[in-house]
Amino acid sequence: MRSVAFQYHAPRSLDEALAILAEVAPEDGRIIAGGQSLVPTMAFRFVRPGHLVDINRIAGLDRLSEQPVVASVPAPDAAPGTELVIGALVRHAAFHRPVVAGPLGRLLTEVAGHIAHYPIRMRGTFCGSLAHADPASEWCLVASTLDARLVLRSVRGERIVRADDFFTGVMSTAIEPDEMLVEARITLPSAGARMGFDEFSRRRGDFALAMALVSFDLVDGRIHSPRVGVSGVEDRPCRIAQAEALLEGCVPAIDVFQAAARAAAAAVDPLEQPQLPAIYRRELVESSVRRALERAWV
Amino acid sequence: MSAAIAAAGETPVVDRPTEAPVAVPGTTAPHNDRPDPFGQSVTRLEDLPLVRGQGRFAADLSFPHQLHMRMVRSPVAHARLLGVDASEALAMRGVVAVWTAQDVVGIPCIPLREGPSVELDPYLQPILARDRVRYVGDPVAAVFATDPFIAEDAAERVSLDLESLPVLTDATAALGEFAPGLPTQPTTIRKGYGDIEAAFAKAACTVELELATGRHSGVPLETRGAIGRYDAARDVLELHGAAKVPHRNRDALARMLGRSPHAIHLFELHVGGGFGVRGEIYPEDVLVLLAAMRLERPVKWIEDRYEALMTTNQSREQVHRVRAAVAADGFVLAMDDEFFHDQGAYVRTHGDRVADMTAGILPGGYVLPAYRVTGHYRLTNKTPAATYRAPGRFESSFVRERLFDAIAQRMGIDPIELRRRNLIRPEQMPFPRGIETIEDNIVFDSGDYPLLLQKTLDALDWPRLQADLQARRAQGEAVGVGLACFVEKSGLGPADGVRITVDFTGAVEVVTGGASVGQGFETVVAQICASTLGVDYRRVRVVHGRTDRIQYGVGAHAGRATVMTGSATHNAALRVRAKALDMAASMLGCAIEGLDIVDGRVIRRGDSGPGLALGDVASALAPTARARGEREPGLTAEGWYETPSMTYPYGVHVAVVRVDRDTGAARVERFFVGYDVGRAVNPMLVEGQIVGGVAQGIGGALLEEFAYDENGEPLAVTLADYLLPTLDDIPPVEVMITEDAPSPLNPLGIKGAGEAGINGVGAAIAAAIDDAIGQPGAVTRLPVTPVRLKALLRQRAG
Amino acid sequence: MKHPITLTINGHRHEVEVEPRRTLADVIREECRLTGTHVGCEHGVCGACTVIVDGDPVRACLVFAVQAEGAQIRTVEGLAQGSQLHPLQQAFMDHHALQCGFCTPGFLMLSTALLERPDPPSDAELQEALSSNLCRCTGYKNIVLAVRAASKAMHATSGAA
Repeated sequence: MRSVAFQYHAPRSLDEALAILAEVAPEDGRIIAGGQSLVPTMAFRFVRPGHLVDINRIAGLDRLSEQPVVASVPAPDAAPGTELVIGALVRHAAFHRPVVAGPLGRLLTEVAGHIAHYPIRMRGTFCGSLAHADPASEWCLVASTLDARLVLRSVRGERIVRADDFFTGVMSTAIEPDEMLVEARITLPSAGARMGFDEFSRRRGDFALAMALVSFDLVDGRIHSPRVGVSGVEDRPCRIAQAEALLEGCVPAIDVFQAAARAAAAAVDPLEQPQLPAIYRRELVESSVRRALERAWV
Repeated sequence: MSAAIAAAGETPVVDRPTEAPVAVPGTTAPHNDRPDPFGQSVTRLEDLPLVRGQGRFAADLSFPHQLHMRMVRSPVAHARLLGVDASEALAMRGVVAVWTAQDVVGIPCIPLREGPSVELDPYLQPILARDRVRYVGDPVAAVFATDPFIAEDAAERVSLDLESLPVLTDATAALGEFAPGLPTQPTTIRKGYGDIEAAFAKAACTVELELATGRHSGVPLETRGAIGRYDAARDVLELHGAAKVPHRNRDALARMLGRSPHAIHLFELHVGGGFGVRGEIYPEDVLVLLAAMRLERPVKWIEDRYEALMTTNQSREQVHRVRAAVAADGFVLAMDDEFFHDQGAYVRTHGDRVADMTAGILPGGYVLPAYRVTGHYRLTNKTPAATYRAPGRFESSFVRERLFDAIAQRMGIDPIELRRRNLIRPEQMPFPRGIETIEDNIVFDSGDYPLLLQKTLDALDWPRLQADLQARRAQGEAVGVGLACFVEKSGLGPADGVRITVDFTGAVEVVTGGASVGQGFETVVAQICASTLGVDYRRVRVVHGRTDRIQYGVGAHAGRATVMTGSATHNAALRVRAKALDMAASMLGCAIEGLDIVDGRVIRRGDSGPGLALGDVASALAPTARARGEREPGLTAEGWYETPSMTYPYGVHVAVVRVDRDTGAARVERFFVGYDVGRAVNPMLVEGQIVGGVAQGIGGALLEEFAYDENGEPLAVTLADYLLPTLDDIPPVEVMITEDAPSPLNPLGIKGAGEAGINGVGAAIAAAIDDAIGQPGAVTRLPVTPVRLKALLRQRAG
Repeated sequence: MKHPITLTINGHRHEVEVEPRRTLADVIREECRLTGTHVGCEHGVCGACTVIVDGDPVRACLVFAVQAEGAQIRTVEGLAQGSQLHPLQQAFMDHHALQCGFCTPGFLMLSTALLERPDPPSDAELQEALSSNLCRCTGYKNIVLAVRAASKAMHATSGAA
């Protein structure tokens, strides 16, 4: 369990990093940030990068701030508002305490507590999780459900990709080999937004067998613009339109949540995995969605 | 409260039946300010280097100029091995040699520890696969290189020419072929007594079940490691990283390599957990020795975790078809069992002993006038299996206690009451079980099983516990309790010896053939020696795991260490004590009867004078000392302990489990162990053994499973897939140690404790889950994973 | 290709040349000969290799040594001051929180980092954080007792100072 040999680069600036990446990309050059998912896969020799470009010494990449929503090509109709910007070196542990006031900060703290274990969270990064795109990643579900914008940069320039278009399969994303995910942007929900998260794993800190993230606004006591995201079940996180449609306009209640949860369970198409029959995964989706909705409501 | 329980935060207290001091005949009386260390929860001698990072585990040891070995392993479960091409690897810089079966032609397969067997020997494992590979991970070639990274790079470039053969993964399926003319069932185990047919003929009711325990194992946190070194100057071959049974392995390795046992020595380092699997002879142990001689450089091999999870002994996988004949009052007249034991790809050092032990101990502590068992010992294309802590007992307790729960349900008798009606009563002791296992005629030496059951119920306030759980169930919670009774075995003989020497500083050395796998062996032996001899236990150095220091040794397995080595230590210390008193009497000019040894000094009884330091007595006994006279030189003695049979401790496990009906997750809220250990040398260590064993048992009951797909591909080869319990999965285990039934077989009355914690866990948790979900008899298979539990809940709903 | 790097471990500088693929655990053990840091799984699950890097507990098998250049690293060998044991070491002995001792350095370093946090962890946080590491011998009960006891001892001392 020892990695194959690779060349190591430790650039001091983003430009330098991108220049190196452009050069080594053809030889499976990769970015390493926290390395908490990459290094084990290298130890098993599942991946054999020829080069690692270590971005840990680049100042400023740990940016974690709010800014007015930037309208951009994939989201030209972005509503005016504020977005949370999460830089490439923001560690999971940064979210142990709320990073913004309001429901999003609370949600991210709740979610961070489910990510692996304490020492892993000290080093692993939010953007690294997105780039790794494990279907059981909590942050991927957050990005997908909350419609994050992912900023990809290379020597060729910058582009912004919506989460929907970013995740393309199991550990597969829209990032080109010479591109780096430099930041993620998530629009802050309204102060009154309701958000809830639930996850099931065999042991605390294990990869989730299913998880759900929900959010909705309450307008006149009725659910408005609900989002129901599920992950750990299919090859990537997904929104469940059927569940959202059932919730829209309803007064929050147990039976409404249960109906939405059932719809989610019926809508997912679980990955074929040994020892994990699809019927079981659907049951987990049902309970996770229901519990997430209950938590959002309470 | 008659029974003392160690709950969170308390030092364990032992429930000792009398107020009498725990002194053993011939030992020193407790001294005023320094109590007899026997029976005390003293801190461990082992700990200091370990907490300082100064331990020396196998990977920590390096020799100058050493080579590193890396195995090339079969990627498939069953295939004909047509060829191995190592040319590319051999061309790499830093690669010294690559060996295949052709390079080790003269080396026999790894033998059975207990001697040859006509039935089993054809199925033993060669150190490198010859014409077939039989499991994923089967060693095919060995690469030797100057650096472990280079060795791993090179091993990848050795290519294998394999032709697929049919894969067998189910031990209950039709037999396959191990080799031409060798079916995959080398032997069948049959035991029994009494008239089974008559019992079933007159039974008021019969109960029949099919039950299975899952494949799991010890999985110590330290992986295996072996460093071979040949010292040509002395013509001694050394194996470092030995464990468990160094002396037995020395003999086996000497035979395999054609050397005298005097010219091969094994050295135990710190051992990062044993649990039965570590310290057996595996192919890599033989290869590093052979390579050290042939390549004339030390050779180091450290297993990685991926290898550990597919090559180190696995265990436990059995399917039982059991039935019981029951009288109208609930008395069980007979038990009849047929089981299939999945041995994996080869017969390893234990042979069929796990299956044999399963068959021998299955009746447990119940009277059972008739018993019959047939065990099919079967090979499959999975990692070979062998012993894991409480081998045969975890499995058989699950089967027996599930059966008793099912009988209780069928007869409408409370499960506790049913057990009471069937437990062997104290006046029946010693109780001949009527069968043999692993060469031992089973005779339960002492015990009051109903008393321990009652003490356990009292300690838990059973009626109140039941009421609490009922109230919670009424509120919609799925929570329940389960109980299991079992008899353990320990102190497998037949003999062990130690040598004790006092030096001129008064320091004591106990040289044993025992072994330490982290259980506190040094401390326990030092306590026994110190108690008998009359010294501070901290002045006792215990040497173990070194074949160059003592000729024989039983090692550390099968709950032997404390009973066997401890009793031998007691006997040797008595002799040293006698020698010291004899010499001191002469030096002090008084009678032996008037002397005692307290805290390392020989003193006159009732005299407050300084007396004589033991070191000075040792000096007077030096070969050159005049004072010695005609006495044998040296303040030293050997002591032996021989036993005709094993000693049988016993216990009761109780689990409280909560089930999440949505996800199928089962969580152990509470776990209680009542255990009679005969006499506890160090209650803190006994409790530690038990709590640790419970944690492993919870793993085997709920989390851990070496699953394979239909192609024999192992599915749990990382610690993200093989789920060891974490702190979050284990409640603070409650332990009640009792001393109601000291063993009459040894001078100290002691019985083993190493396997007490794990024995009944699967059984108790299964019963608790049944209770929690209100489906008696639902759990028939371990581990109870969420997927399986959810399927049970679905069955009920549907 | 080897990189010359300088690692500062327990206040001592180690100048070594390493291949980038060697993990921090490899280099601490093999190049710096500090073998108290154990390697139990090599894929970041067991926690036996936990060391403290710039104040944070980190799994040394999940960091390449070249990445640790310039960092302040602490290992189990640096816990005691001469013969004076760290309160955690003492508590682990007093509470029988180790058996084979293989996981112990990882638990000690994880616990040290936790107890040195400016905001001492609550019991629940401690329970969660200590679930990070695996122990196969003790059943964890005594590890929790030891860490709690050490926490009390450490905070009593710092309170008195």
